[in-house]
Amino acid sequence: MTDLTSLTLAEDRDGLAKKSFTSLELTNAHLDAIQAARALNAFVMETPDQARAMAREADASITKGQGGPLAGIPLGIKDLFATRDVRTTACSKILANFVPTYESTITSQLWRDGAVMLGKLNNDEFAMGSSNETSCFGPVVNPWRRDGANTTLVPGGSSGGSASAVAALLCMGATATDTGGSIRQPAAFTATVGLKPTYGRCSRWGIAAFASSLDQAGPIARTVRDAAILMRSMAGHDPKDTTSADRDVPDYEAAIGKSVKGMRIGIPREYRLDGMPAEIEKLWSEGGAWLKSAGAELVEVSLPHTKYALPAYYIVAPAEASSNLARYDGVRYGLRVPGRSIGEMYENTRAEGFGDEVRRRVMIGTYVLSAGYYDAYYLRAQKVRTLIKRDFEDCFAKGVNALLTPATPSAAFGIGEKGGDPVEMYLNDIFTVTVNMAGLPGIAVPAGKDAQGLPLGLQLIGRPFDEETLFSLAEVLEQAAGRFTPTRWW
Amino acid sequence: MSAPSTKLIQGATGDWEMVIGLEVHAQVTSKSKLFSSASTEFGGEPNTHVSLVDAAMPGMLPVINQECVRQAVRTGLGLNAQINLRSVFDRKNYFYPDSPQGYQISQYKSPIVGAGEVIVELADGASVTVGIERLHLEQDAGKLLHDRSPTTSYVDLNRSGVALMEIVSKPDIRSSEQAKAYVSKLRSILRYLGTCDGDMEKGSLRADVNVSVRKPGGPLGTRCEIKNMNSINFIGQAIEYEARRQIGIIEDGGVIDQETRLFDPNKCETRSMRSKEEAHDYRYFPDPDLLPLEFSEAYVAELKAKLPELPDQKKARFIADLALSPYDASVLVAERESADFFETVLTKLADKGRDGKLAANWVINELFGRLNKEGRDISSSPLSAGQLGTIVDLIGEGTISGKIAKELFEIVWQEGGDPRALVETRGMKQVTDVVAIEKVVDDIIAANPDKVAQARAKPQLVGWFVGQVMKSSGGKANPQAVNDLLKSKLGI
Repeated sequence: MTDLTSLTLAEDRDGLAKKSFTSLELTNAHLDAIQAARALNAFVMETPDQARAMAREADASITKGQGGPLAGIPLGIKDLFATRDVRTTACSKILANFVPTYESTITSQLWRDGAVMLGKLNNDEFAMGSSNETSCFGPVVNPWRRDGANTTLVPGGSSGGSASAVAALLCMGATATDTGGSIRQPAAFTATVGLKPTYGRCSRWGIAAFASSLDQAGPIARTVRDAAILMRSMAGHDPKDTTSADRDVPDYEAAIGKSVKGMRIGIPREYRLDGMPAEIEKLWSEGGAWLKSAGAELVEVSLPHTKYALPAYYIVAPAEASSNLARYDGVRYGLRVPGRSIGEMYENTRAEGFGDEVRRRVMIGTYVLSAGYYDAYYLRAQKVRTLIKRDFEDCFAKGVNALLTPATPSAAFGIGEKGGDPVEMYLNDIFTVTVNMAGLPGIAVPAGKDAQGLPLGLQLIGRPFDEETLFSLAEVLEQAAGRFTPTRWW
Repeated sequence: MSAPSTKLIQGATGDWEMVIGLEVHAQVTSKSKLFSSASTEFGGEPNTHVSLVDAAMPGMLPVINQECVRQAVRTGLGLNAQINLRSVFDRKNYFYPDSPQGYQISQYKSPIVGAGEVIVELADGASVTVGIERLHLEQDAGKLLHDRSPTTSYVDLNRSGVALMEIVSKPDIRSSEQAKAYVSKLRSILRYLGTCDGDMEKGSLRADVNVSVRKPGGPLGTRCEIKNMNSINFIGQAIEYEARRQIGIIEDGGVIDQETRLFDPNKCETRSMRSKEEAHDYRYFPDPDLLPLEFSEAYVAELKAKLPELPDQKKARFIADLALSPYDASVLVAERESADFFETVLTKLADKGRDGKLAANWVINELFGRLNKEGRDISSSPLSAGQLGTIVDLIGEGTISGKIAKELFEIVWQEGGDPRALVETRGMKQVTDVVAIEKVVDDIIAANPDKVAQARAKPQLVGWFVGQVMKSSGGKANPQAVNDLLKSKLGI
């Protein structure tokens, strides 16, 4: 029997249905892999007992012919998602002992469809970071290494645990969230597939909020098809989240293999940065060529306000975060550090409970919303946001079906390498933030390797609620580029 | 309607005028909170009406309660105000244990209701129109409990997230009397609409009062805000104190600091709570968890069509249909319960056209007077609308005199029972039988020949005979019949 952890989710699903193996076997194989991969620090909480219980239940329902679309599939859950009776920390000390009495909408939909929870995955504290180094549980290690080197690399962030675990075959797929690139950048750094759905496609209920108008959950998976399978269970309208869209959830898997002939693919001029590594440039043209040979048409397009996206993002996101994180005050739950007055208790609690990056963003956010600065910063950033959105709308109005861009400006970097200047870290999101600012769907697909053998990804950006086109196009890239798996060293 | 006279305060340097504006916080009548399904019931054990959203657990999201939206729109319509088909919820950020989210969801730049007005009647019969600046929806805060432990404060989140309407008046008010009348009128409108129970003791209606003073017609002075007033009388006292305090400072050469003050009802004075410098920077911004609140013109039209009759309309109808005086009509409509009682009395009357005004007199003078004297309200009236209606009927149809009616009212008040049956069983019926009255009249004339002579010389003395006849009949003789008979018998 082949190693059960090396199959794709689609293959496992079919194997389970044919009873070639059981969910318990599949789950145990992953639990063993997790145990052997603690060096990656991908999981912050393993739930083996719960996993086996869920697997047995899934096996029983499969036997009865009543298995759901994800029956018996073991998944990892980003620690930002509330899981009932299972510690949920957002990888922050301020929630170090928080055990929710409720289950996030997305995870409850996954369990409804039969999936099995292996445990909770590491992430940047409150999803603030691009390297998974801000977690209170310590950094996640990328299973990928440069050829012939043993420098530990970051998996990207904030969904670093999700990306690392999927790439290292510790889970069949994982939930993740993306506020400025937190699904797509780690996917690109680990040769996994990551989809940031259209804003409103998935419910935000039960996910610790970072920046409400930008946050969107999505899957990180081994293949495009796997991502499509997971999306069908994750997506959907939720009356408990007024910003979620009341639209039918299509059969995303049906989009896989659909012809992309005649589709117009925009290549945005402004994404060609000065000093962009030649290999990224090359990968990008290669990706275009693959789509072209599948029958798509490439058109150069302009997104003139692109250069304002990152600065505007770093106003809007911290502003919302400063308000969203005000609830962590030591009064009702989570960490409380006493003080002589209520003010001092707040100060002590939040100073000790939040890490540097979270504190930085809370302070930036508080500043940009202050009286006298609001118009100059927040209001202006919102106007920029409208312009960025309009750039995309103009493209789509001209018949463009999707845009092709690099996913990141570089391959994964070393842990601790970008510790000094926060702006250097923020530049990682240069190709991804526009998508959040415009509320569009974006997918990162592995497309090649750099000279040092590290994976690189391409990004496809789609029309609102047209994730299906992204899946069709992404699969063309995947077929052309092939799959990339790290050599096991851990 | 006459224009109200502006009440000026005499200072050492001449007259001063008060300029007053109010922000009234009215708890929306609804079963659940503004953004959660937790109960709004008053008086539960601490923290028993708290949902995950109210406790601001990680990942919780607000969902607007459509009933609260409906109530706010209805209130806006009742205030003759502009209804905004699109409004926006903002976050007002501040740290305090009674605010679990670390912000209050409110409406800052785009409220659900815009400009409107309220016509306020004053005791002297004059009226004044107070402009409404806006009405917006917002969350109430929780309550801190300081008396459970000497060292620790506790927080009760039962109220946290309950819907409030903040109704902001324009600075159109010029005296404490007007301010009190404005709050009373607003409260009455809310209660007619059923959008707020107006119970100030339970905190369902609170007001922040902005007071400044100026020389009549001069530029506006610096204002102070007196926070969280929960009694109409206190509002009056606080304004009187505050205006004089400000005049005193200015006349002594000082300046007024813009600040927030609290009223101490025991000392009957206001004192500083925080200065402008200490004021919070609330960092308002649109709540990204909520879409703009939008509804159609048709939705508003439907609510408008189903609006109940409001006090001003009812008053106008009473004046037109029943020929009541504006003052009587105002008294009847001031409280919804009183107006309802009176309306029920009207429905019981055999001839509303003939006796409507009489009924109004009886409700206002006899019933309200008696209730006031005993410190009771209309809901605990011993007399039902039906009983009072029957008494008025008995007077109107001439079965009993007004004097007997008062005795009957007393009996029904004390003992209850059907007034019509009581009149029968207790022999209170007015005697209109001329033969019976004639006999009494004849007897009295025969017994008092000297008075007869005097009366013939001085006809006004007929009153003495009327009195004697009434006395002898136990008050039951019809006074008109007695009068007529006497005049013909005495030949005057």
